[in-house]
Amino acid sequence: MSRPLRVVVAKPGLDGHDRGAKIIARAFRDAGMEVIYTGIFQTTEMIVRTVLEEDADVLGLSILSGTHLHFAEEICGALKEQGVKEVLVVMGGTIPPTDIGPVKASGVAEVFGPGTATGTIVDFVRRWHEAR
Amino acid sequence: MDKTKEAAASPGSPDVETWKRTTLAASVKRIPPRQEAFTTLSGLPVKELYTADDLQGVDPAKDIGFPGEYPYTRGVHPTMYRARPWTIRQVAGFGTAEDTNGRYKYLLAHGETGLSTDFDLPTLLGYDSDHPVAVPEIGKIGVAVDTVDDVHLLMKDIPLDQVSTSYTINASAFVLMGMYEVVAKAQGVRAEQITGTIQNDILKEYTAQNEYIYPPADAVRLVVDTMEYAAKAMPRYNPVSVSGYHIRDAGSTAVQELAFTLAAGHCYVTEAVERGLSADFVAPRVSFFWNIQNDFFEEICKLRAARRLWGRMMRDWVGAKDPRSWMMRAHSQTSSVSLTAQQPGNNIARTAIQALAAVLGGTQSLHTNSKDEAYQIPSEGAIKIAVRTQQILALENRVADVVDPLGGSYYVESLTTELEEEAESLIREVLDRGGMVQSIEDGFIQRQIADASAAYQQAVEAKREFIVGVNVHAEPEGDLPFEPFVLDPGLAERQIKRTQGIRRSRAQAEVAGALKAVEEAARNRENTMPSTVRAIEAHATVGEICDVLRGVYGEYRAPIVY
Repeated sequence: MSRPLRVVVAKPGLDGHDRGAKIIARAFRDAGMEVIYTGIFQTTEMIVRTVLEEDADVLGLSILSGTHLHFAEEICGALKEQGVKEVLVVMGGTIPPTDIGPVKASGVAEVFGPGTATGTIVDFVRRWHEAR
Repeated sequence: MDKTKEAAASPGSPDVETWKRTTLAASVKRIPPRQEAFTTLSGLPVKELYTADDLQGVDPAKDIGFPGEYPYTRGVHPTMYRARPWTIRQVAGFGTAEDTNGRYKYLLAHGETGLSTDFDLPTLLGYDSDHPVAVPEIGKIGVAVDTVDDVHLLMKDIPLDQVSTSYTINASAFVLMGMYEVVAKAQGVRAEQITGTIQNDILKEYTAQNEYIYPPADAVRLVVDTMEYAAKAMPRYNPVSVSGYHIRDAGSTAVQELAFTLAAGHCYVTEAVERGLSADFVAPRVSFFWNIQNDFFEEICKLRAARRLWGRMMRDWVGAKDPRSWMMRAHSQTSSVSLTAQQPGNNIARTAIQALAAVLGGTQSLHTNSKDEAYQIPSEGAIKIAVRTQQILALENRVADVVDPLGGSYYVESLTTELEEEAESLIREVLDRGGMVQSIEDGFIQRQIADASAAYQQAVEAKREFIVGVNVHAEPEGDLPFEPFVLDPGLAERQIKRTQGIRRSRAQAEVAGALKAVEEAARNRENTMPSTVRAIEAHATVGEICDVLRGVYGEYRAPIVY
């Protein structure tokens, strides 16, 4: 392993409920990853720019405002447009099970719902990294 | 062994130390406690038994007193729920004004006694629905409001002289309060009949909920503008509902919730005094909003401690003379973060027990969460059960018949005192380090909350804290066990069309003149409310009015703390 994994944790849109984003940012950091937490009020352009500038391996999106499908499509679409293929995109938040399929279809690798242990998410990222 | 037999045969231990040495020790030897140490949900140590010894520092006459009298530990009203039960006030808001108005009518038809509104994110942040950042969020987590015309539709057929209405809005609250006044007056309601509450507690936005626009000091000035204005224009209206709710849901402890909330209330009142208003002019209309979490006794004691501490802060720290200034009147809501997506039926039980704690704590109004809210805006069926839960408490369980029935309990009085002392010490720490605005700008409060939130998460993952259905008694998850709540896909288009139509058809010169007046008031540090109301009457939008102040105050960029 040459360098620690670099993870961008972002909150797209206008929602400020950042308890989950902060918890997962800490968990990634405690697991030895380098974490860039963008804070709230992020547009798609801001998030994609951060991913590129920070040379991120992983992008974690936290959404609790019902805009998960909108941002999944917009952000994954913009990453593709920028030619970013190697970044793992995961999402956490209040995403109803019925919406998980469409969110994943847009390019999000996994969706973590309410009550997910942080260890589950960290393990998912690690396994992806090992398989890469 | 002989000693134990002796104790068991005697009529009883003469004091608690003897009881611990004899009866308790013998029992512990046979059956040890199921865990080494017990604490409240907030981490305060809890003993196996509380006795009169634990109340040695408590003066029953001075510290507990009587309901309706200072220090209000036992309640702000002498009769409490014997005269009138608490107000059943369920928050509602989604889609357009017509959608939410329909939900209001559904709730009132099922016995709700007060209204409460959630606004969508663009409205909360002072963006019109056709702003690019607004479009994906229109009507999603609350109702979309752009102009006073939306508020007319929102309150249609609701008699505002009879039903009190609460608005959950903060950064742009000054606009929504003005809109409410304009709509109430258009309904023919006289100024002194207008009742209701607007949350308008901007400080907890920076510490917890994060829906802010302007820098904290300017935003506090705006809050004081609304307090000054409402005290004259709508004397029965509550222009601030200081909220611990969001602080707690962001992960704080009960002590932090108490401290940062009462410190915020103190900040607004002292800023008003600084401006030359008397404390008794503004403090009687300051109300509070608390989160009712899972620790039953701690939450009851939290409300009792909040009353006693606020009373003392207003009387002794601020020097308010009017007893109404000393009363901590409260709305409560059961804890949203305690709801689980897994086994959602369990949420009905959680909410009912939290609601009981709110009632035993002496709340003035109550929102009970619905079982499906871990995922979505509640369906009608789910919200009906939540309303019925309160009605069962009020009508079947007889918990509303005796005032402060837990008063005098060794544990309850002891924990009330402990919470009060811990909260007071944290409030003093905030004041010593320069006050709320300073402690927000340097991230002190956010860090405290983030640390508490992380500690709780670790405890859950280590199974030191249990969440039934999540980290214990979990079951394989199936499909969504309730009907999904689906928003009208055409709502964004409808809302944008209405707002753009209004923008085209209004008297533009009047709008421009009123917006200019708002700007001048802000620049000259005069009260912004009279000109804001003028702009509202001219059909200026929420976004236009908030933009004017963006130009004067700028936008706040918060420190990132996690």
